[in-house]
Amino acid sequence: MTVDVESALLAARPTDPAILVELHRRLAAAAHDQGLLDVAYRTIDSPLGSLLLAATRVGVIRIAFAVQGHERALDELAQRVGPRILADTRALDGAARELDEYFAGRRRAFDLPLDHRLTSGFRADVLAQLPRIGYGETASYADVARAAGHPRAVRAVGSACGANPLPIVVPCHRVVRSDGTTGGYAGGAEAKRVLLTLESSNA
Amino acid sequence: MANAPFERVVAAHGPTVLRVCRALLSPQDADDAWAETFLAALRAYRELPVDANVQAWLVTIAHRKSIDLLRARARRPVPVADLPDRSSTLGLTPEPTDELWAAVRALPDRQRHAVVHHHVAGLPYREVAEIVGGTPEAVRRAAADGIKSLLHTLSDPLPAVPEGARP
Repeated sequence: MTVDVESALLAARPTDPAILVELHRRLAAAAHDQGLLDVAYRTIDSPLGSLLLAATRVGVIRIAFAVQGHERALDELAQRVGPRILADTRALDGAARELDEYFAGRRRAFDLPLDHRLTSGFRADVLAQLPRIGYGETASYADVARAAGHPRAVRAVGSACGANPLPIVVPCHRVVRSDGTTGGYAGGAEAKRVLLTLESSNA
Repeated sequence: MANAPFERVVAAHGPTVLRVCRALLSPQDADDAWAETFLAALRAYRELPVDANVQAWLVTIAHRKSIDLLRARARRPVPVADLPDRSSTLGLTPEPTDELWAAVRALPDRQRHAVVHHHVAGLPYREVAEIVGGTPEAVRRAAADGIKSLLHTLSDPLPAVPEGARP
């Protein structure tokens, strides 16, 4: 008998998982209102698979492809920004909407506050050049190296693009090889082709 | 090394903390205590040592929040309209553990805390003693007395343990 009560206490669970979902929603809303979060995040479905969107109070700080590992991206944010991280769709409604419009071919430029603190130095100089490549256009790694003031740093431009914490919104997919082939991409070469095709057909 | 994203703490321990709150408080108060526990934890999370026992830390916070809520309730009587009314739950499926939680909530403080923190949260007596005070042996005795009392309450006229609550 004693064993039964003890195991019942340990096994007893609120039957409705929706209760925890609702409690989490309330927690995220209160944390947001009280400015307690280092990072809020959500995921969205896209033609490139699931995308992680993460934002600080400054703006969107990270977009990660599924192949990069969403949990790994969140670990990096905990390390570099802070561990007070919660899923909170409300904080990223604007970013989710603009990305949906972009993938539907109805948006050519993003109008989102961005938090660039994950990139510094040469890589920041490189990424700062990218918004100058217009929708539907491409530039070569060598072009970007020249524009960034380091004409010989072609490979370094490639790795700066590969480490872009804000892909799609900061358009590293528009940087291609001088021979016209697409080159590498953090989301995979196929994702890069999908983006370039999307933009060329709506340009 | 920084602590893991707080979302993982909520995912890993949210259900257990809710069971602890439900065992200590009415469902409405339990939900408030759960939210206040995780908000307080979030506020302090940056300073939590990386090797801390997160579950014991959360149960400690939930313990304090539940005492705060019970004290606030004692000062401010519950309006009659908020009193649980058996007939109003007709047609709803009651939680299989409602009777069990009600019996736990009726235990004296020492026994209730010992039973909930050890048997519901799964903390060892040594850690429960750190939360509620006293020696681990005293906590063990309080938990045993609590279980004995629960058996007595639940054995008659109610069934001892709802069938569905068995693991």
